[in-house]
Amino acid sequence: MNSHFLQRLSRTLLIPTLALVAALLLGAIVMLVFGDDPITAYWGLFSGAFGSARGWSSTIRKMTPLLLTGLAVAVPLHAGLLNIGASGQFLMGTITAVAVGIHFEGLPMVLHLPLALAAGILGGMLWGALPGLLKVTTGAHEVIVTIMLNYVAALFAGWTVYAGGTQGQTPGPLWDPTARAVSETPDVLESARLPLLIGPPYRIHWGILLALVVALLVWWLIYRTIIGFEIRTVGQNLKAARYAGMRVNWTIVLTMIIAGGLAGLAGAIETLGVNYKFAPEFTGSVGFDGITVALLGQTHPAGVTVAAFLLGALDAGGAKMQFDSGVSADIIQVIQALVLAFVAAPLLIRSLFRLRRADDTIDRAPTVSWGGS
Amino acid sequence: MRHFWRLSSIVAMVAAVALIVMAILVNTGVLNEYRWLRVLFGISALNFTLRATVPLVLGALSGILCERSGIINIGIEGMMLAGAFAAFVAKVATNEWPLAASLLFAVLIALLTGALMGWLHALLSIRFRMDQIISGTVLIILATGFSSYLFNRDAVAIGKFSAVRIPLLSQIPVVGEVLFFNPPITYLALILVVVVHVALFYTRWGLRTRAVGEHPRAADTVGINVNRYRYVNTSIGGMLAGLAGAFLVLEAVGQFQEGMTAGRGFISLAAMIFGNWNPFGALSASLLFGYTQALQNELLLAGINSFTLPGIGVINVPRQFISMIPYVVTIVAVSGLVGRVRPPAAEGKVYETEGH
Repeated sequence: MNSHFLQRLSRTLLIPTLALVAALLLGAIVMLVFGDDPITAYWGLFSGAFGSARGWSSTIRKMTPLLLTGLAVAVPLHAGLLNIGASGQFLMGTITAVAVGIHFEGLPMVLHLPLALAAGILGGMLWGALPGLLKVTTGAHEVIVTIMLNYVAALFAGWTVYAGGTQGQTPGPLWDPTARAVSETPDVLESARLPLLIGPPYRIHWGILLALVVALLVWWLIYRTIIGFEIRTVGQNLKAARYAGMRVNWTIVLTMIIAGGLAGLAGAIETLGVNYKFAPEFTGSVGFDGITVALLGQTHPAGVTVAAFLLGALDAGGAKMQFDSGVSADIIQVIQALVLAFVAAPLLIRSLFRLRRADDTIDRAPTVSWGGS
Repeated sequence: MRHFWRLSSIVAMVAAVALIVMAILVNTGVLNEYRWLRVLFGISALNFTLRATVPLVLGALSGILCERSGIINIGIEGMMLAGAFAAFVAKVATNEWPLAASLLFAVLIALLTGALMGWLHALLSIRFRMDQIISGTVLIILATGFSSYLFNRDAVAIGKFSAVRIPLLSQIPVVGEVLFFNPPITYLALILVVVVHVALFYTRWGLRTRAVGEHPRAADTVGINVNRYRYVNTSIGGMLAGLAGAFLVLEAVGQFQEGMTAGRGFISLAAMIFGNWNPFGALSASLLFGYTQALQNELLLAGINSFTLPGIGVINVPRQFISMIPYVVTIVAVSGLVGRVRPPAAEGKVYETEGH
């Protein structure tokens, strides 16, 4: 560790840290304006996330899918693609993982669990491949396609657990008949569940280790392999990538497949490790939050990991904050939007904190225009 | 390219005429006994189409104003949601006022909120040089977060805009019933299509806006303040999206629901692209998307969920798949046409005057 490295590190950390501080401050102002008490709220938030064994385990549990969806946004950003479809890919991964998880009774865990996880990855990959393929074949912008696919995925997921209609409509294929009119799948079989890493009272499952290993793999992929080099080149200079003879179209599709796989894995881990089944109300906003995580982490896997931890803590503390201070947990969403706003506009942060303009390269723009490739 | 557009406008005209003829035949009783035709061309399908089109076309016009001046606006969804929420809050706050005054006030507040969102988008992307797609995403998350944080679930808005009958014109069979018996924002949206078209292509302001979006350096050279045009256009664009939000609350639903825009902002983006950044093109595209929503709705209402395919047999289609129609059609539309359409050349790029 030489001083050059430390200098670079501090420069990288400066903007995200200040962005977080600014967002929390502005969040406090918003609470004051609308008559809430920010100090009790933030104390509740903090103690809810870190104040107890339950808090820590909840933070780590919430962090796990965020880390993966964050990577699902970060990897395409390296190629200049904005993947707003992580939530759809997450859902498809959830559905495919559950489908494998509730079937194959009697299969040993060493086979069943990996199979269910792989199914989740595959489901996400398929959903991610679609916008990539459409982009390279027709030029359709990935932002619109992925958003539309999110709605389609939500409807599809809803159908799989559809309890059937009063006029004799057939129920969905994954619906649990013993749940009567409730739309949900049966529980995933014991052999497909992620075991607990640290038992009660912590209830931390193996998913976090899996996610951290994946983050390491993504780092290796992006910075240490030829594929990663191609991805980054396509993102920084499409024309140069073409002139250098890189298979630009293939790289774009591959990037989206990888992204989909990451989000699909997030869905699989969330179902096999936490919920043990799927019901439409479990969906949440993990997919969309991936955008904030990716940008807060400056698209670097290490940064994404830290960002996922922070946002996981925000999520985990939200419930206790609402209970302690009566401030609606929805303020977390406001704070997240502010974090995103500040982190995506380094100039805004610099002018807010009166910093000199540094010679860093971070404030480059990832995407431009609808033109297609 | 021009050839393609001439061809597609001919196709659109033929389709429109065919639709009107079918609608008249079905709704005046000649073909009324066929359930399928009623679903496809009934008065209720046509009315639903128009209602679904209004927020889409307003959103698309919003996108056109921003993007013609060179600012990508992916945040229409957020602007719409903010406008809807503001309209709701203003309506609830003035429930005691006479209905018309209260509704007008709510529309005004929605317009202002939309303008503020637009201005924020311009500020972030021009002054603070944020990537415009990210900035739009910020608007969406901000609007979602704020509207759920501040939403009082016990609040009720009393009253909404009701339909106004246009004398004489509304007596035309079928057409009159669909086009000339609507609430005010619907008329306003249709008028705005014409207004934006004229403003964009026949006024000095429009010429300058287009110059700023196509070649800002040239515009700057002849003394046009590039960024001022961008600020103004994006704010007006925000107003239009805010109006779409007001439509949802004050005219369509009557109340606010969390996330009530339900992707309409994004579908308007697709309509804008599909319509080649032209107001009338955007209207046609919005009508198409609106029609798919109506079709989806009518199919579900009529309880039609099985289709007989010759040679294959009866296929049961779950209602969730029918609900996918609008989204799938949007994907097909943007996939089929991008490459044939051309966005404004300077879109998404920060402009800095030389010497700074």
